[in-house]
Amino acid sequence: MKVDFNIDIHHLPRVEGHGDIRISVKDGKLIDAKWAVVETPRFFEAMVKGLSAERVPFLTSRICGICSISHSLASIRTLERAMQITPPEPARIIRLLAMHGETLQSHALHLFFLAAPDFMDTPSVVPLLHSHPEVVEAGLMLKELGNELSIATCGRATHPVSLVLGGVSKAPSKPRLTEIRRMITDRKPMLDKATDFFMTLRIPEFVRETEFISLHDGESYPYIGGDLVSTDGVVHDENDYLLMTNEYMVDFSTSKFTKVSRQSSAAGALARFNNNYDQLHPRAKEAAAAFGLKPVCHNPFMNNIAQLVECHHIVASAEAIIDQLLDSDLCDLRTDYKPKAGAATGAVEAPRGVLYHHMETSDEGKVVKGDCIIPTTQNNANIHHDLHALVEQALSQGKSEKQTEKLCEMLVRSYDPCISCSVH
Amino acid sequence: MNHLGFELDRIKIGSFDFTCCEGCQLQLANRESNLPDFLALLDIRNFREISSERLDDYDIALVEGSITRSDEIKRLKSIREKAKVVVAYGSCACFGGVNSRKNLIPQEDTVREVYGDKHVETMPSMRIADIVQVDYSIPGCPVSKREVERIVVGLVTRSLTSLPKYPVCVECKQNLNTCLFDLGEVCLGPIARAGCDAVCPTGKTPCLGCRGPADEINFPAFQELVTSRGLSTEEMKEKLAFYNGFTDYTDHEG
Repeated sequence: MKVDFNIDIHHLPRVEGHGDIRISVKDGKLIDAKWAVVETPRFFEAMVKGLSAERVPFLTSRICGICSISHSLASIRTLERAMQITPPEPARIIRLLAMHGETLQSHALHLFFLAAPDFMDTPSVVPLLHSHPEVVEAGLMLKELGNELSIATCGRATHPVSLVLGGVSKAPSKPRLTEIRRMITDRKPMLDKATDFFMTLRIPEFVRETEFISLHDGESYPYIGGDLVSTDGVVHDENDYLLMTNEYMVDFSTSKFTKVSRQSSAAGALARFNNNYDQLHPRAKEAAAAFGLKPVCHNPFMNNIAQLVECHHIVASAEAIIDQLLDSDLCDLRTDYKPKAGAATGAVEAPRGVLYHHMETSDEGKVVKGDCIIPTTQNNANIHHDLHALVEQALSQGKSEKQTEKLCEMLVRSYDPCISCSVH
Repeated sequence: MNHLGFELDRIKIGSFDFTCCEGCQLQLANRESNLPDFLALLDIRNFREISSERLDDYDIALVEGSITRSDEIKRLKSIREKAKVVVAYGSCACFGGVNSRKNLIPQEDTVREVYGDKHVETMPSMRIADIVQVDYSIPGCPVSKREVERIVVGLVTRSLTSLPKYPVCVECKQNLNTCLFDLGEVCLGPIARAGCDAVCPTGKTPCLGCRGPADEINFPAFQELVTSRGLSTEEMKEKLAFYNGFTDYTDHEG
C-alpha cells in the first residue's frame, strides 16, 4: 500500500533540550527526514573570552545541567595543560570518582526516566511507580548512588564546587567514603535487578554502519584524556581534536554537525564500548554477554544497553577507587600555579561521549580563545542520517505512521541527546 | 492527601525551560529517597523533559532559563496566560544568569565568534520578570531541591513561603568553616542571599552570589572589606557580574 504522511514532532519530549523530528513520506517513499535542533544558543565560546582561567570551569559547567562535572573537568584539563599545571595524584583520583558519579547518575536518569517509558508504553516514569515499583526503586537507588558519589567528591551533584584548577579544593572525608563504600555493597543487587528488567525489553532491530569515536589509552576504560580513536582505524593526539570533528553548519539546526571518515559519526556509551571492550571490568563484560552485545555493534538502540553495561563497570571501578582513597592520606590536593600563556585541548568522556574543550590563555591567565565541541554535536549528523535509514526500513516493513513515529522518537532518545549542551 | 485533618489537592504543575542548561529542572528528580513522596504532591500536567504528556491546564508554571529569542517571548506570554502562578526558577530566570555575560559584548560579535557569517537570531539575555509578571522567585545555580520541596509543600498546604533574608555568611558560620577572606579569597558570602547552606564556601570555593543579594546589604562596607584586605577589585567585579544578580548595586558605580 502506498502511504502519505508527515511526522512533525516539535520539541521532542523526554530528552534534554529542544529538537524537532520532521519526516515526509509520499506514495510510500521517503521524501525527507530531518533532525532539526532549534535550541537557543548561549554563545559560551564568546562568554569565556576575557574571563580569568580559574573562573572558567565554573562558567563552562553551566553548559549542561546533566554533565556539568564533565564540562568542568574538560575546562580544567585544557587550562592545566595550557598553563603546564600538574595536579597531585589524590586530586586526579578524586576527579575520576566524580566522573563515575556523574555518569552513573546520568545513565540511570536516561535509562529509567527517559528511555524505559518508551518500552513500557507510558508517557513518563510516573505510571511505572505504581506498575513496576521495584524497577523504579532500583533505578532511583542507582541514580542516588551516582549523585552521592558526586556530592562527596564535588560538594554538589549539579555544577560542582570543589573541582578547581590545580587539583580539588576539598577531599571527601574518610567516614563519608566508608559510608559510600557500604552504599555500593548494598546497592549492587540493584544493578542485577536493572539488568533483569532490561533483558525483558524488546530492543528494535536496526543497523546502519557507523564510525564510532571515543578516547582510548589501552590501559583503562576511558574517562579523562587519551588518544582519539575511531572504529574505522583513525587515531589522533588529543590536541588534534579538530581532525576528529570537522564541524560544519546546516541551515535547519542551531547545533553544528561533525564528521570524520564517513558522512557522520557517533560518540557515547556504545562508541566507548566498541573501542574499549578489552578495558571493561569482567562484571560489565558479563552483563554485555547477557544481552549478546559485542564490539563492534552498529545498532544505535543498543546504546541503551551499553549505558547499562557501563553502570556495572562504574560501580566496580568506584569501589576500587574508594578503597585506594581510604588507604591514602588525602593531604596533597592542590598544586599552586602562576598564570601563563599557552594553548591546549582537554578531552574527557562525558556520559554522552567524548567532549572537547580547547582554550588559549594570556600571560595574565585570562582566556583569549575558547572552543567546546560537545558529544551530542558529534551525534546530531548521525541521528539525522539514522532517521533516513530507519524510516526507509520501517516503510519497507510496512510499518504504520504511528509505529514509524514511535521508532523515530525512540531512536533519537537512544542517543540520550543533550541538546542545549550541543548548541551551548 | 490529608494534612492536619484537612483534605488537600495535589498542585497542577507545568515545568518549562528557555535559554538554559535545564539543570534546575533536573533537581526535581534528585533527592531520590523522598522522590515518590515529593511526586505525590504534584499533578504533573506538562513537563517536556520527563514526560511526553502535554496538557495546558496547570495552576503553577515553573519557568527555567533566561529569554534570548523572540519565539521565547511568545511562548512565555502564552504560559503566563494559562498559569495562575508563575515561578521564576533558577538564576537564569531570576537574573538572566551566566547567559548575561554575553550582554557585555556587541551581539553581532557574539554571533560571529561562534557561527561566522551564518545568520543566527539572538538578543541580550533577559530575566523572566522583564517579559511577564512573576509571582515567586527561587534563585540558585542550580536551585536547591530542599528549598524547592519547602516551597512546594508551602503551596500545597496554602502556607506562606519566603526565602532567607540573611546572607550566606550566616550558613557558612553554622557549618564552622574557615572564612575564605582569611584565606585571601574574595567571597560574596557577606552580601549574597543564603538558602544554599553555603555549599560553595563549605567546599572551600568562594561564593559567586548565584542567589543574588540578601535583604538590606551594606554594599559600600563589602567593597571596603575587599580593599582593606588588599584583595583585587577586578576579581570582585568579575564575581559580582557572574550571575548578573547584583546590577542594582554595580550599575550605580562610576
